[in-house]
Amino acid sequence: MQVIAEKKKALTFQELLFRLQRFWADRGCVLQQPYDVEVGAGTMSPDTFLRVLGPKPVRIAYAQPSRRPADGRYGENPNRLFRHTQLQVILKPPPVRIQEMYLESLEAIGIDLKEHDIKFEEDNWEWPVGGAWGVGWQVMLDGLEITQFTYFQQCGGMDLDPICGEITYGLERIAGFLQDVDSIYDIVWAIEPDTGKQVTYGEIRLAEEEQYSAYGFDYADVGKLWEHLNLYEAECLGLLEKAKGFEEMDALTLKRFPVLGAYELALKCSHMFNLLDARGAISVTERVGVMARIRTLVVGVAKVYAAQGVAVAG
Amino acid sequence: MADFLFEIGLEEIPARMIAGAQAELEKRVVGLLERERLVSGGVVSRSYSTPRRLAVVVEGVTARQEDVAEEMLGPSAKIAFKDGVATPAAVAFAKKAGVAVEELKTVTTAKGEYLAAVAVKAGRSAAEVIAAELPKELAGIYWAKNMYWRAGRPERFVRPVRWLVALLGSETVPVEFAGYVAGDVTYGHRVLFGEQPVVVEGPGAYVGALEKAFVIADVEVRRQKIRKALDRVTRAGDAGGSGLRWREDHGLVDKLTHLTEWASDRSVVMGGFEAEYLELPEEVLVTVMRDHQSYFAVEDKDGKLAPYFLAVLNMQADEAGLAVIRHGNARVLRARFNDARFFWEFDQRTPLKARVELLKNVTFQKDLGSYAAKAERVRKVAAGLAGLVSSRGCGLDAAALDEAVVLAKTDLTSELVKEFTELQGIVGGLYARAQGFSAATADAIYDQYLPESMEDAVPRTVEGAVLAIADKADTIAGMFGLGLEPTGSKDPFALRRAANGIVKILAETAVALPLTLAEVAAAATDDEAVVAKMRAFFAERLEFYLREAQGQAYDVVKAVLAAGAEDVRDVLARTFAVTVVRGGGDFVAVSAAFKRMKNILTQAKEKEFAAAEFVSADLLTDDAEKALWERSAELASEVAVLRSEANYHAALELIATLRPQVDTFFDAVMVMAPEAEVRANRLALLREVLGDFSGIADFSEIVVAG
Repeated sequence: MQVIAEKKKALTFQELLFRLQRFWADRGCVLQQPYDVEVGAGTMSPDTFLRVLGPKPVRIAYAQPSRRPADGRYGENPNRLFRHTQLQVILKPPPVRIQEMYLESLEAIGIDLKEHDIKFEEDNWEWPVGGAWGVGWQVMLDGLEITQFTYFQQCGGMDLDPICGEITYGLERIAGFLQDVDSIYDIVWAIEPDTGKQVTYGEIRLAEEEQYSAYGFDYADVGKLWEHLNLYEAECLGLLEKAKGFEEMDALTLKRFPVLGAYELALKCSHMFNLLDARGAISVTERVGVMARIRTLVVGVAKVYAAQGVAVAG
Repeated sequence: MADFLFEIGLEEIPARMIAGAQAELEKRVVGLLERERLVSGGVVSRSYSTPRRLAVVVEGVTARQEDVAEEMLGPSAKIAFKDGVATPAAVAFAKKAGVAVEELKTVTTAKGEYLAAVAVKAGRSAAEVIAAELPKELAGIYWAKNMYWRAGRPERFVRPVRWLVALLGSETVPVEFAGYVAGDVTYGHRVLFGEQPVVVEGPGAYVGALEKAFVIADVEVRRQKIRKALDRVTRAGDAGGSGLRWREDHGLVDKLTHLTEWASDRSVVMGGFEAEYLELPEEVLVTVMRDHQSYFAVEDKDGKLAPYFLAVLNMQADEAGLAVIRHGNARVLRARFNDARFFWEFDQRTPLKARVELLKNVTFQKDLGSYAAKAERVRKVAAGLAGLVSSRGCGLDAAALDEAVVLAKTDLTSELVKEFTELQGIVGGLYARAQGFSAATADAIYDQYLPESMEDAVPRTVEGAVLAIADKADTIAGMFGLGLEPTGSKDPFALRRAANGIVKILAETAVALPLTLAEVAAAATDDEAVVAKMRAFFAERLEFYLREAQGQAYDVVKAVLAAGAEDVRDVLARTFAVTVVRGGGDFVAVSAAFKRMKNILTQAKEKEFAAAEFVSADLLTDDAEKALWERSAELASEVAVLRSEANYHAALELIATLRPQVDTFFDAVMVMAPEAEVRANRLALLREVLGDFSGIADFSEIVVAG
């Protein structure tokens, strides 16, 4: 009975997002919009990956649709998605009460901690392609992993100082938990105020899952994907090459040098790689080599970004 | 005298690291107090931990170090005094030592006369010493993975430090670490108690104060409470009285003990899942529950898996609250099982046979090629070993073995193994069974990775054992061929574990495998140099096995291995026999005599005294040497018979009966006789005796007491 009662007052998917954004905005976070290039995780958005570099304090939060073509299941698996939504919170430097703040954010979305079991279990995060890693926990709520909580230690192969606290909420999982549904597609995304009619996650997103799974697994043209990858890579490398001339640039040219553009090109390569991987077009032997190529781009961009920051600051 | 309490409060420490860190903190604090003469005698200490704290209490710490008198050496007397008058050198030294010039004395050292002073080093207070020294100990604690958290990266620790408590009796000790100064305030359970501070009155009040704040600091108490709660909740959940039990899992109990701060009868929930999931193999269900959800499996009175699970909470709640938590956990488990079922069904669409082709795309090692290439190599190794085994009368289904080798790695391409990597091999075995392969094939695939540790079981069947040995030997041979041998603490390909596995299989299978380590090495590669390296590596692993897994004494192992290190079961039998007889008086005496013989032969060699090619009876002049020669010849043939029957115990007892002849020989005979011929003959006698009786063990290696 209690479970049912809870379900009634559970937040919709979009209210969940509103509440978390409000919560972190009230604690000084700038709310950024989702990044408009394909990424596999919120961490890869420049708002995390690049802003964690350097000494400048940052508090930022944003929802980030995250694409992982290999995780697609044509919409047939109730728990797995090609594209899921993360809410990413970046706190640099991490406040002393960061864990308590996080727990308060759970209260803010209607999770009464006194009625649930919460555990912080060791789970370290790393993204070798980005030369990035951190230590932290997966936060388990009644046996469900709802958040990845990381103290970022290195990024782009560089030590961070100050380090940064990163909180990544899995919004579909949390919504499924709050609404007590067994399938992601049954999550109530919104309720029409006039009619009370429920709009489900499936209505909004199932077609995407079906079509993008089919594209990634069956239709994507392997030869063209490789071409895309090579072109993006070549352009990114070209920019990185030009960045070697920082010392000769005047202040304005330096400030306008498109490191951010280079980063987008690197992210495009990463996405092409993920598509090729889902398509089964990358043998294990090739895999290491291609990952090394993308690492060169991503880490290269991070280094240039840091150098530009230092140079512009004078 | 007062007790000392120290607690360091942290954000959640990884469960796997807590026990080691707790023990290390206790050792470091006790060590510090001992070193600084703040405790003496049998120090009584206790330590505590939860995910958010490590703590130690040491009893009977003195308030202040005793003063110590120390003799200091100064300048040479010649320089210090000129004509009986103190020079500036003497004055400076007196000042440094804190004494008057008149109190300086002269001492004689190897270098001549020097000034000396007895300086009294005033003892410091315990609080002062602890505040100064403890931070260094904290900084020295070993963590498998560290982090920085403060700007400027002033310190690394496992997780951010959040508070410190240091109390000497009721007085706080201002220990400073990671930006905190220790006080008397700790914190309780995050949810059950909240963020308000908990004041600790003194070391004796620590455990009680925390208990009121819903923290059980004593790990063993928590562990027992969890076990009791598991018992009680399982009983309560067994409404039908069908004898349900939670499945014992010490590793999981340990993990959960280190994931919780509190435990009570109301902090365990038992939930159920739909019986239809029981159609999935038990191995898969248990792995999902244990490794992915930290749940205990439940079994019925026959040991069969029942459709229930037990979750241990870092929480307690009333019935209604537990119902909500139970519901949430069951929901997650159902989703996990659904995933596993999806993978299982999906995988069946591509049978193992069709996956053989896919192995070409899975790299085993970049220079050794794919798993398809590995399978082809292992096929040859296994066939070679199987030929030897069956030619020696050990029954084996060669066709089933070959089929198992071909299919062994195909499960690496399955979704289930990609999701649950710890089930590699097991999944292949289960799929083979489901797809109609023989039990011999399926079981061999299932057991191929055994044993994964010294405590693990070995394969159940001969086919499984041969597959496991061939697979591991191929890996070792391949890596050695590339020059990737383990060095020091570095063994990235776990080759030591692989070789340990081979030794353990040869030693422990239910049906003895008639194979030597040399044969395994020779079957694995044609490269003679690699074979030689592998044999040396196996010998080292065999020694490790005898000492670590079998607990045999160092000298016995060395003695036995000197007499042959290829046939593992034979080595084991000889080791046990030597261990049994080694304490006997005659055996000790004979061992000592053999050692002496060996030394004499070595010395003779150094002096370039040659031994005769064989012993000539007519050159034996002394009765004692004749007696030794005759008796040892008699014994040698009897010992040889016993050895051939592997009756090592009786053989060793027989060798020990040689004692009277040996003793008399050394009393009466001088081996290094002046006459070259006699000397050469006697040396030959010693060589023969040693040779005849060193086939079980080289007794000269046995360490004789006294």
